[in-house]
Amino acid sequence: MKEKAWAGTMESSDIYVEVEPLATGSGIDLTVNSVVYAQFGDAIEKTIMETLESLAIDDMKVVANDRGAVDCTIKARVETAVRRLKEEA
Amino acid sequence: MRRSMLFFPGNSANMLLNADFLGSDSMILDLEDAVAPTEKDSARILVRNAIRDLGYTREVIVRINPVDSPYWEKDLQTIIPVKPDMIMPTKVSCADDVKIISDYIAGLEEQLGMEVGTVKLIPLIETALGVENAYQIASSDPRVEAIFLGGEDLTADLRCKRTKEGNEIFYARSRMVMAARAAGVDVYDTPWTDVEDYEGLIKDAEFAKSLGFTGKSSISPRHVTFINEVFSPTEEEIQYARDVFATIEKAKAEGKGVVSLRGKMIDAPIVARAAQVLEAAEAMKGGR
Repeated sequence: MKEKAWAGTMESSDIYVEVEPLATGSGIDLTVNSVVYAQFGDAIEKTIMETLESLAIDDMKVVANDRGAVDCTIKARVETAVRRLKEEA
Repeated sequence: MRRSMLFFPGNSANMLLNADFLGSDSMILDLEDAVAPTEKDSARILVRNAIRDLGYTREVIVRINPVDSPYWEKDLQTIIPVKPDMIMPTKVSCADDVKIISDYIAGLEEQLGMEVGTVKLIPLIETALGVENAYQIASSDPRVEAIFLGGEDLTADLRCKRTKEGNEIFYARSRMVMAARAAGVDVYDTPWTDVEDYEGLIKDAEFAKSLGFTGKSSISPRHVTFINEVFSPTEEEIQYARDVFATIEKAKAEGKGVVSLRGKMIDAPIVARAAQVLEAAEAMKGGR
């Protein structure tokens, strides 16, 4: 596993996601910065958490800089970042 | 009905989000030249999610990386499960290139419980060898619904300059149309790459249509309306086609064997052309 990986861009409608492994039992340490955080912050966090769960990730640091991405983009960028971290890309 | 096909870079979230609203009959979501080698993984996952979740209403074509690259198998593994309408294999130079891809897709379709042959192919022919083998490519596999000319790579292979006049691709265009029609498939023309030159675009599209191309691709959303217009039958053409069939019906009722319309005998090619015009007009009315 790599020490850090990322995916996405800072372009409009995209999201830039950085991930780092954490020790077993640490849980998910998630930070979301978004231009629409007030309106959609909870929804973005929920989508990220669900994506991590579907990828069987229990412990990870995740920082997401959102530029108004829709769900399928958030899911794609999180999955890509995780696969890169696990060197599955 | 496909008159226009618009390319979208597969790693652009914003463009994939808007792809369905830009008026092209087909959308080509690109995993090849528009995506940097370091972003191939990212683009294929983004394109897969977009097809799966965005509810595209237009025909979806995914352009994959060539068979001599390390990417094409992963492209197909990721994209086939979301059932795109068509795959566009690139740098196709012979029938075997199509067979390799078709067989690989068949394996995936079987694994996924899909009917084998669901996903169609539109091979991109962009090498001198590909143009010479165009008929073999067009008739190589039942999945092939159309062939597509890539003028930029072709001229690089021909070691000549790509010009607006397009004399350097005249032979390739003619050969592609001949091959496609002989094989009973459609044929699509290379994009016009000067985004601002609409007059040049219209001329180029009209010329492609006059050679027999089914439609034309584009790299700019601004070109779509012009291409759709050029490749749509005009009101006059539609009226003439209706008159052809009305005249035939009238002649039948009167027991006449040979009939003419506006001073010209109606023979089999005129009837065939009229049927194509009405079919195109009908398809335009019904959308896809």
